Amino acid sequence: METRVIEMARKHILAATTGAAAALALAACTGGAGGAAAGGDGIEGEPSGEITVITQRTDLVDTVFQDYKEQFEKEYPDVTVSFESMTDYEGEIAVRMNTQDYGDVLLIPNSVTPDKLGTFFEPLGGVEELGEKYALLEEEAYEGQAYGIPITVNTQGIVYNKKVWADAGLTDWPTTPDELLDDLRAIKDKTDAVPYYTNYADGWPLSQWDGNRGAMGDPAYANEHVAYTDTPWAPGEWHHISDGLLFDIVAGGLSEEDPTTTNWEESKTLLGTGKVGTMLLGSWAITQMQQAAEDAGGSADDIGYMPFPYQVDGTFHAQVAGDYKNAINVHSEHKAAAWAWIEWFAAESGYAYDEGGLSPLVDGPTPETLAGFTDAGVELVPLDPAPPGKEAYEANVVSESEVDLYGNIYRQELVDIARGAKDGDKESFFASLNERWATARAAVG
Amino acid sequence: MGDGPRSGRLSMVATTTARPTVPLVAPSGGARSHQGWRATPWLFLLVPVALLVTFTYVPVANMVWYSFTDWDGLDPVMNPVGLANYARIFGDPAYFQVFLVSLYYLAGAAVQLVLALYFATVLSFNTRFRNVFKGLIFFPYLINGVAIGLVFLYFFRPGGTLDALLALVGVDAPVQWLGDPSVINVSLAATSVWRFMGLNFVLFLGAIQSIPTELYEAAELDGATSWHKFRYIILPGIKKIVGLSAILAVSGSLSVFEIPYIMTGGANGSATFVIQTVQAAFTHHNFGLASAMGVVLLAIVLVITWIQRRFVPDEKVDLT
Repeated sequence: METRVIEMARKHILAATTGAAAALALAACTGGAGGAAAGGDGIEGEPSGEITVITQRTDLVDTVFQDYKEQFEKEYPDVTVSFESMTDYEGEIAVRMNTQDYGDVLLIPNSVTPDKLGTFFEPLGGVEELGEKYALLEEEAYEGQAYGIPITVNTQGIVYNKKVWADAGLTDWPTTPDELLDDLRAIKDKTDAVPYYTNYADGWPLSQWDGNRGAMGDPAYANEHVAYTDTPWAPGEWHHISDGLLFDIVAGGLSEEDPTTTNWEESKTLLGTGKVGTMLLGSWAITQMQQAAEDAGGSADDIGYMPFPYQVDGTFHAQVAGDYKNAINVHSEHKAAAWAWIEWFAAESGYAYDEGGLSPLVDGPTPETLAGFTDAGVELVPLDPAPPGKEAYEANVVSESEVDLYGNIYRQELVDIARGAKDGDKESFFASLNERWATARAAVG
Repeated sequence: MGDGPRSGRLSMVATTTARPTVPLVAPSGGARSHQGWRATPWLFLLVPVALLVTFTYVPVANMVWYSFTDWDGLDPVMNPVGLANYARIFGDPAYFQVFLVSLYYLAGAAVQLVLALYFATVLSFNTRFRNVFKGLIFFPYLINGVAIGLVFLYFFRPGGTLDALLALVGVDAPVQWLGDPSVINVSLAATSVWRFMGLNFVLFLGAIQSIPTELYEAAELDGATSWHKFRYIILPGIKKIVGLSAILAVSGSLSVFEIPYIMTGGANGSATFVIQTVQAAFTHHNFGLASAMGVVLLAIVLVITWIQRRFVPDEKVDLT
């Protein structure tokens, strides 16, 4: 299932919510009725007509989504829903969006910067007003207008096999990276399990190492560090902590023997059956791991989820961020129907809950999978949106430096160095990353 | 090798060979107007030329235009940046280092051509089970590239098929076929040879079988050995197709993509120029730079082809 989201990629596209920007947007809107100039009616109105919903869930489109269709059409008899699913969502939708024909409801791809949202998507309403009902709207907003509703909300941490950890005599969650390394060493010594699995070959799981900046406990972290420093890989910075931990795990021989032949689908079974102890992944992975454990004859209870081993003032923090956001094609002919689908999807479909995610509704339910987080008092931290005018800044530095912070290319290099397949060491590699970063920052200005 | 001849090339061949069949001179006499006859060749040409222009020249022209902009693949506005993208490619050795990886595939291509020629020659004579062998050799070419990638991932993994086979003969886990950066490109090039040899084989076999059998009979009467027959009849007889295969092999090695991309995604030092181009476009969202890389690759392939044509001129083959 190629679903899981590259949602960590998104926190760089956060938007303006300051009062000034909202006022500007309001002023801008008085001229045209809701900004629905490009085609069809606005999102207000009687939902009717045929709408096409584009999804990345190729695995659910013929099953769960058909149930959604049935329920939705019962509630809105004038609307007919059809689905299109894409395996390589990011790649395929970007090509489609060069035309006007990209469905009625679609997910906002990560490549759209906030200032371009209005070019492709229908504004759904003011962030403040709509924010009373929906969470994390500011992740896809521009000048106070919200453009998408999260399909589900994820947090970040480490998924592990409880049996393996218990067999190694481990009962407490590690609170520092060094403690985690000790625990993984214990697993290596006392059990047959591979302590940690990188999923290097599929690549994208390595991107998860970026997605938990909230672990630093500071909602403003990304606005003061990362793209706002020349040295994100200096000691004490998030990327030094997280990438450094990955390096130490691999260099310590605590990961799979040959990372180049890993397999994501297989890794789920490996973790579910206790052949692998630990993987760092978003909370969306929990239900998939539980399913894999059950399919392999185990129990869903074997799968546990712990926060990243880092504490600020004795408290764990974990970032929360919206998954893909449902949005309306600005060229859609049936915007009211599309909006009805999006609202129904967030409130009625139960998608987020079934996926083990937090609800996109402000007062939605917390899934059972995250009960452990609640019990341990893990503080969930949504990151602040980027300041106005700086929404695309970090993404631009990333593009310019070709250090793919939201991807896997430089982290694969890091793993290669750590396992001795490539020249260099941790210090030299981090120094070269810092150098590329600083050069790119200077170029972006 | 590499990607083998791509459909774009095949269609170009098709259109150029179609041209001579168009009547160039209108038949005299009859009541028909000259107007109608003059239009006919153009009508015939219309479809292939339209296809060629739509699917080859317009996209290439677009690519060249993108290469002078900073387009990110989505933005409705493209800002012209002059030669900045090209300056970046030629100013940073990292972009060219990946051509070293192509050398592995070039060596693989040489092996592939020799093997294909050998099998085509052997199987063009009366060998036992020759049709079975022909099928076996051509079969890999028919398999989908993604499937091959996955099959060989299992083949090369530690404790996988290859290690299991080696263990049977007493060799115990010699290296990590994909994990060891000094072996990975050999493994991938070998996979590529396995996949594309069938195509060269069929091309060679077809050419060999078009050689008149009397020549072999005459040679046998003169006391020629199999080697003589190969050296003096077969090789000259299929010279053209060998030359074509060599050109395709070189350009294929430079633009290897599918197998390394599916199997390793370009990790662990297996990235080729095309993989780097794809990463520039879809990971770093820099379509301008990626297009420039595409143009550079096209230019390199054209230059190499031109050099090859200079040194191996297109002689008329005459076996008699």
